[in-house]
Amino acid sequence: MELRKSYFADQRKDDLHEIGQPRPRSDSPSHVTGKTAYFADRNFPGMLHLKMVRSPHHHARIRSIDTSEAEKHPGVVKVLTAKDVPHNVYTILILIQIGPEDETVLADSKVRWKGEAVVAMLAETERAAQEAAAKVKVDYEVLPAVFDMEEALKPGAPLVNEYHGQNHYLYDSGECRKVRFGDVDAGFAGADHILEQTYQSSPIEHAPTETTGCIVAPEGNDRFTCYTNTQAMFFTLDNASIILQMPGSKLHFVGGTVGGGFGGKVDVIVEPIAILGAKLTGRPVSFIYSREEEMQISSPRAAEKVVIKDGVMKDGRIVARKVTGYTDAGAYSRHSPYGAQKGAGHYPGPYTIPNVWIDTYCVYTNRTPSSAMRGFGVTIGDFALEVQMDKLARLIGMDPLEFRFINAYRDGDMKAHRQPTEGAALIECMQEASRAANWPVAEKYLSMSSYAKGA
Amino acid sequence: MAKVPVQFTLNGAEKAEFIDSGTTLLNALRDKIGDTSPKGGCHQGTCGACSVIIDGELRLSCLTLAETCNGAAITTTSGLSEGGVLHPLQRAFLDAFATQCGFCTPGMIMAAKVLLDHTPSPSREDVVEALSGNICRCTGYEPIIQAVLTAARSNSQHAA
Repeated sequence: MELRKSYFADQRKDDLHEIGQPRPRSDSPSHVTGKTAYFADRNFPGMLHLKMVRSPHHHARIRSIDTSEAEKHPGVVKVLTAKDVPHNVYTILILIQIGPEDETVLADSKVRWKGEAVVAMLAETERAAQEAAAKVKVDYEVLPAVFDMEEALKPGAPLVNEYHGQNHYLYDSGECRKVRFGDVDAGFAGADHILEQTYQSSPIEHAPTETTGCIVAPEGNDRFTCYTNTQAMFFTLDNASIILQMPGSKLHFVGGTVGGGFGGKVDVIVEPIAILGAKLTGRPVSFIYSREEEMQISSPRAAEKVVIKDGVMKDGRIVARKVTGYTDAGAYSRHSPYGAQKGAGHYPGPYTIPNVWIDTYCVYTNRTPSSAMRGFGVTIGDFALEVQMDKLARLIGMDPLEFRFINAYRDGDMKAHRQPTEGAALIECMQEASRAANWPVAEKYLSMSSYAKGA
Repeated sequence: MAKVPVQFTLNGAEKAEFIDSGTTLLNALRDKIGDTSPKGGCHQGTCGACSVIIDGELRLSCLTLAETCNGAAITTTSGLSEGGVLHPLQRAFLDAFATQCGFCTPGMIMAAKVLLDHTPSPSREDVVEALSGNICRCTGYEPIIQAVLTAARSNSQHAA
């Protein structure tokens, strides 16, 4: 590895002990010997297995649930429905005051996406739980469903989630998260060229090799130990406490090595119902997603649609940018209102643009609820923005890298969301990238600095 | 349910258990015998995390019935180091930063061991082919490939 010491030389300290030195990973020795303990590497005597009865419909009213045949199935110990869950309607981000509570642990009157959990089956073996789950009879009245964000936002679209009252999240700023900076109309009026493009992405599944799950063991004193591969230990503990109406002191969460998460294990999905099962049976409970559940049920990265309109001058300056972003939350909020909000702050990109107008919508559809995944809210936005930057450079006949130098943010520049830029290093990264990729740029760009304009 | 007896050697030690007929070798190893180094990633033979060596051949323990392993010699990653000394493959995975979340690692090492047992000096293509049944979703394939090639070189140096 080579460290370039010419950049920010005045800020550099050369007495670093760790930077630039290879260090062994502390977890590697146990990985290569097979000794790393993942949550499922535990086995308790008398452990029950939990399997979910899931909705076969995208949107349906539940007329009735009949579990009588399932309860008679050999090996079945307990059958849980919505009425067994102390606080059945929840939302993860209520912990940071982002409501309303909009999702059921077990569906009560309606299912809003195909795969939604309706009945939890606890049995002596995984096989018995699976077989009994197939004997549950749910009478559904199928409702019209909506899968497209623009269709969902039209008047008269099927209402996905009654807890919101409309098919978008209601921010304190209104129907969308807004950023207003400068005068975008004046910017477009004075621009040499205007380019409007639409970018879309599909949901993306994290597909960790270790599926989502937990094992819960009663401690015999009304306290429960939950071994879990959650990426969000305290979020999960606090939400479980709300859902189960149990003080956090009764819940002992044990995490550890996660067999791949990538953001896919931050939702609070398996733990509360498994703890409830352990509480009501007094026995250890294992609830582990099958591979099919991991692919079909666990929340993916949201589908997004990004409409970008830019005004650009022949000399390369972007003078106005208007972005409308849509984040497909699926049927429930989970982390998507936050993801859409992040997008609002991010859409100017690492560029200084004097006139900006951004609206980002978090939209509800009858699709699998989406949630966190690596840079959610900004990663798809970056894809859209950087493709747009290439198109703009082509439009004005400019080298795409030089075009980015002209617009790069530098220390002291005010960002559209009113945060002054500090510690920028984009110019220097592009200078090094130009050398490393042998993509030459004019000398004047190589003498630029992030410190200040004209420096 | 009537139990069936199984008896085999695991990493050189005799093991005997009574299991439900139809139990996979993966579940027998993990739940009955307590060797949790083989991992269940898909339980349908696509991810390779459950790979073990049965009588010298690479096998998916999630698709192998335990009762078909009577008399077999089974090797898992937990049995590779001897006297606290890492196997050259384990050493190479460690040194090459070839682990991230670690969940695929035991299966990767099993697949690599069978390759090196049959082909002591593999080409890069041989390694890629041998690991093609093992998924690393952290996508750290390149360090894994390098680790296997490094282990092969260190083996041949030992032999020479």
